[in-house]
Amino acid sequence: MQSLGLDVLFKGTNFLRLLEGLWVSVRISLISVVISILLGLVAGVLMTSKNIVLKAAFRVYLEIVRIMPQMVLLFIVYFGTTRVFGWNLDAEASAVIVFVFWGVAEMGDLVRGALISIPKIQYESAEALGLTKQQTYLYVILPQTVRRLIPLSINLVTRMIKTTSLVLMIGIVEVLKVGQQIIEANRRTSPNAAFGVFAVVFLLYFLICWPVSRLAGYLEKRWAA
Amino acid sequence: MAESQVNVSERADGKPLLSIRHLHKEFDGKVILKDFSLDVKKGEVIVIIGPSGCGKSTLLRCTNALEDIQGGEILIEGQPIRKDAKNASQMRQKIGMVFQSYDLFPHKSIMENILLAPLKVQKRKREEAGKEALELLDRVGLADRKDDYPRQLSGGQKQRIAIVRALIMHPEILLLDEITAALDPEMVHEVLEVVLGLARSGSTMLIVTHEMAFAKAIANRVIFMEKGEVVEESSDPKAFFERPETERGREFLRSFEY
Ligand SMILES: Nc1ncnc2c1ncn2[C@@H]1O[C@H](COP(=O)(O)OP(=O)(O)OP(=O)(O)O)[C@@H](O)[C@H]1O
Ligand SMILES: [Mg+2]
Repeated sequence: MQSLGLDVLFKGTNFLRLLEGLWVSVRISLISVVISILLGLVAGVLMTSKNIVLKAAFRVYLEIVRIMPQMVLLFIVYFGTTRVFGWNLDAEASAVIVFVFWGVAEMGDLVRGALISIPKIQYESAEALGLTKQQTYLYVILPQTVRRLIPLSINLVTRMIKTTSLVLMIGIVEVLKVGQQIIEANRRTSPNAAFGVFAVVFLLYFLICWPVSRLAGYLEKRWAA
Repeated sequence: MAESQVNVSERADGKPLLSIRHLHKEFDGKVILKDFSLDVKKGEVIVIIGPSGCGKSTLLRCTNALEDIQGGEILIEGQPIRKDAKNASQMRQKIGMVFQSYDLFPHKSIMENILLAPLKVQKRKREEAGKEALELLDRVGLADRKDDYPRQLSGGQKQRIAIVRALIMHPEILLLDEITAALDPEMVHEVLEVVLGLARSGSTMLIVTHEMAFAKAIANRVIFMEKGEVVEESSDPKAFFERPETERGREFLRSFEY
């Protein structure tokens, strides 16, 4: 039987390096996700506003984010800004900026969707009981919004984790890049390394994203109204 | 017809419990309620009937300040109630309302649904309010469902809980807007039984319904309205349902025959 090329993983510190690369991916997505969620909540509430200018601005923003490949955005922010503005953003900061730009739009849209999906009668029956506007939001509307939101935003989080693999294009040494380096270094001694290494990278992504998306599924079931 | 509404018995302090005076309501320039006046005294059960779209729900919603009004005034115990007024929340505590669609809070258990307003609005003690909640639940036959969630209940059960949730606030008057209209026929009875019980124990109610037999059984006074105006008003419901005085009243009742 052909070698699966798993042997290279046990050479030297290779496996440890892969884990370090994974940590880079997770770190970038964690920071981006946290900022995206916070700003996305604000954006979502603003998106439900009746202000036409605000609405139009958010629609354009959302369209740009959806149409533009993240890779192009990464290049613009990392390479483009250095040229035009003379900024010297480091690669990781550029990556976080791009993911936040993306995440706020998507998260904002999720928040907006969750807010408008709460039926008007929920506001009215709370107010009919004598609750003030603030109490109505605090005890009736927001808890329902968050319940709808959490499963959806967890899915966004897993998408963001997966998409961090793009950052190798701007020179960040994350898990996929480490994998490539290991394969390159061992091209002659174990030519099958590509299979083994990428399989392990796949497994690592899976181990991170699977529990997260299971959690989403669980919460969705538990909170189904 | 407006004259007959002046002829209501007054409470000891000389004021009716609820007084709707020359109410004028428009939606986007379209007149929905025209110079509508109605006085309700304590203990009265008033049933409002009329064709779809004539403004019955709008009338109740205005009474509870869920809609703004373009003219006239609505007084509860002599005090005006208005949407966006500072005291709207306080005034609404005097009014209990149950809607047609089951409007329980889906993320809260039955007990939490009932206790939310007493605890947060009236700042009552959980123990005391909880005890009253159980008594009320017992009265509607649902004490064993206190820890369930609304999704586990049938429509009829949800409506009975919605009534309990309104009652625990000790409202002066209950507004019921077609609370059985969305129910399967076999569940209508259990809800109407509860409302009949309330009427017997002296609750003041303003009821919109399409259940004519129920209206006849429960009403002290019937108001038949059309296009935002009172067409016929009767303090003798039996007589009204047997032979309305107006042609339009007769036509409307005929539409319920097969
Ligand atoms: N929010 C709104 N905006 C605009 N028009 C409205 C609104 N709510 C109600 N209307 C209109 O006001 C009129 C009265 O509606 P309302 O719901 O009070 O009727 P109703 O007598 O309760 O009818 P039904 O028996 O079908 O419940 C209708 O013509 C309706 O289209
Ligand atoms: Mg109606």
